[in-house]
Amino acid sequence: MLRASGLSCARDRRHLFTALDVSLDAGQLVQVTGRNGSGKTTLLKILTGLYTEFEGEVTWSIERPPLYLGHSPGVNPRLTVTENLGWLCHLQDTDAALADIDEVLDVLGMAGYQDTYCHNLSEGQRKRVNLARFLLCENPCWIMDEPFSSIDSTGLRYLEEKMQAHLEQGGGIILTSHQRPMFAVDIDQVALTP
Amino acid sequence: MNFYLRTLKRDLSIHLRGLSEVINPLVFFVVVISLFPLGLGPSPQQLSEVAPGVIWVAALLATLMSMDLMFRDDFSDGSLEQVVVSGQPLLVFVLAKVTAHWLMSGLPLVLLVPVVGLVMFVDGDSLQAMVVSLLLVSPTLSLLGAIGAALTVSLARGGLLVSILVLPLYVPVLVLATAMVQAAGSEAEIAGYVYWLLAALLASVTLAPLAVAASLRLAVDR
Repeated sequence: MLRASGLSCARDRRHLFTALDVSLDAGQLVQVTGRNGSGKTTLLKILTGLYTEFEGEVTWSIERPPLYLGHSPGVNPRLTVTENLGWLCHLQDTDAALADIDEVLDVLGMAGYQDTYCHNLSEGQRKRVNLARFLLCENPCWIMDEPFSSIDSTGLRYLEEKMQAHLEQGGGIILTSHQRPMFAVDIDQVALTP
Repeated sequence: MNFYLRTLKRDLSIHLRGLSEVINPLVFFVVVISLFPLGLGPSPQQLSEVAPGVIWVAALLATLMSMDLMFRDDFSDGSLEQVVVSGQPLLVFVLAKVTAHWLMSGLPLVLLVPVVGLVMFVDGDSLQAMVVSLLLVSPTLSLLGAIGAALTVSLARGGLLVSILVLPLYVPVLVLATAMVQAAGSEAEIAGYVYWLLAALLASVTLAPLAVAASLRLAVDR
């Protein structure tokens, strides 16, 4: 679904990576590893099209855009969980039914939070609201920046189950993480070395 | 269209839940204007002479007060990134945000004009012209202000910079609008002014969103 070749990027005159190739196929999990500041987030932003100061080529061969989980959850504190999810899914041309939202929140351990204003949620819960979108929309590619941080151990288990299911259904995932995901057998690693 | 309506609805809910941010500029508008009779003395003739300028300057400053916040939340909470990644048209997003902003800041100002006009002894044709001019110009102010707000969204404190960037753009409409109210007061023809203000509105509806969308795109490109 994704071919990126010859990626080179420098920020503040430091070369983050040169001539890097990344590719993603159906059912594949790619983990981007590297030290803090090695350019993991920058690489993900290049792949999503957010960051444009780079050399090389990124070609997507899927029709729907990737779902992206960044450092900020994309959740407005003044809206309720349901309102936020409704709009975030609408961005992906998906109309999330209330019953589906209930079900997904239940799966993510957030049952009963439908009408809670997001400023009352913890950081981990806001992240789960964004993650709920991954289960509601049917976009084949997931790009996730540190999906496991600030998520508790039960949440982690749910998340890993859902990621595995997504891969089995022919989806693809690119993520950055400091720990190796426990569930998947084949993980393609892209190591960024400064 | 659907995306426009969804985003408009979302933004109106956000504005209604942060009501103090909506009300502050309106209170400022009323307070500034009602201070003038105290400072200048209560002579009706003197007050109605300076009224168009005073009301217009107060409206400009009140609009600027609310400008800084237009895109800040979407930038800081990551919503803007989500719009860009989703491939939804930023132009539509911008138009929806500006519409919501106008409904929550420009329109209430227009509705307040008859009240503050009373304080400044503006009535009859002048008051009518004042309401019409503000109705025509307030969307233009929201659109032009959005350019400043979008350019400074990634700065921690952009408040003053927004004013410096945007005020020069406001000057032509300010000159036209006050001239229109004065012309109405001296019973001169105002159609020419109305056409000019409409032209300014059309130009900003078509061109400002392009500049705003480009600035927002730059703001997330980091």
